[in-house]
Amino acid sequence: MLKVSIYRYNPETDKAPYMQDYQLDTQGKDLMVLDVLELLKAQDPTLSFRRSCREGVCGSDGMNISGRNGLACTTPLSEAAPKGKLILRPLPGLPVIRDLVVDMEQFYEQYKKIEPYLQNDTPAPAIERLQSPEDREKLDGLYECILCACCSTACPSFWWNPDKFIGPAGLLQAYRFLADSRDLATDERLSKLDDPFSVFRCHGIQNCVNVCPKGLNPTRAIGHIRNMLLTRAV
Amino acid sequence: MVRTVTSFGRSGTFDWLYQRVTAVILLAYVLFIVGFIFFTKDFSYQTWSELFAQRWMRVFSLVALLSTVIHAWIGLWSVVTDYITNRMMGGKATVLRLFVEAILAAVAVLYTVWGIEILWGV
Repeated sequence: MLKVSIYRYNPETDKAPYMQDYQLDTQGKDLMVLDVLELLKAQDPTLSFRRSCREGVCGSDGMNISGRNGLACTTPLSEAAPKGKLILRPLPGLPVIRDLVVDMEQFYEQYKKIEPYLQNDTPAPAIERLQSPEDREKLDGLYECILCACCSTACPSFWWNPDKFIGPAGLLQAYRFLADSRDLATDERLSKLDDPFSVFRCHGIQNCVNVCPKGLNPTRAIGHIRNMLLTRAV
Repeated sequence: MVRTVTSFGRSGTFDWLYQRVTAVILLAYVLFIVGFIFFTKDFSYQTWSELFAQRWMRVFSLVALLSTVIHAWIGLWSVVTDYITNRMMGGKATVLRLFVEAILAAVAVLYTVWGIEILWGV
């Protein structure tokens, strides 16, 4: 019998959030955490959480699973609840809308700031902007981000200053465009990041690397941005 | 781009670089002082005051002192702007943050002036 403890909060009826306990018979199967949530929702339809693709591609079901941020759909019980007790909380640091659903506004605001699109004013070629295989390789480990917010909400610097610090997810994408040979706004992009908060609130503790469900390394990308800023400034 | 006026150098890159440079200076100074204490034969008040009577040592000490002040300002400014935020505390955070920063600045100036007086006063 699996014991599950879930963070519950409905701002319309609850004065304060609380942890609700559930029991579930998993019949010995190593279910994914999302399967557990779906089965519990059948028991208790008031339970709220986000989900969509259920295969680690859409990034909707990022949550704090037994103390560690991750995607419910790709985290098996054997990893999340080896002793038979699963604890589910919303992503830390963001305002809770209801139960495991958080308000991602601040996260997207930071993503918006880094202008996540290719900037190139030169006339567009007839077919497409070509890139050498070597240049394309520079985007590996950057373009795979699904914006699930597991990294940014595991970062204390983002908890303290979500309005000023871009956060690991945004910075990984910032570097994705800085590293793109087809993007011509490198200098403008760097100028917008050269303040004491946007990049430099990262103190390299690597919580982001530790939790990323796609195995990406935002700390390394941030290091590259810092080197670009430094190269330009000295 | 986040605008700040109380950070050491306005630019994050500048602050980052200065914090690293001052850290290297402080490491060199600490290693030198510790080395001097342990490797000087018949270490005494005499050898200590002779060391500090030399101009290069006074300049080295002053550079280390200024490095401490700069390093501490950049580091503590980060701490203050992390923990005393308007997001968490509302409008009173501005007053409290400015107050803490003013105290830190006063201590920095005090230590610098006092340090110079000590270094050139003996």
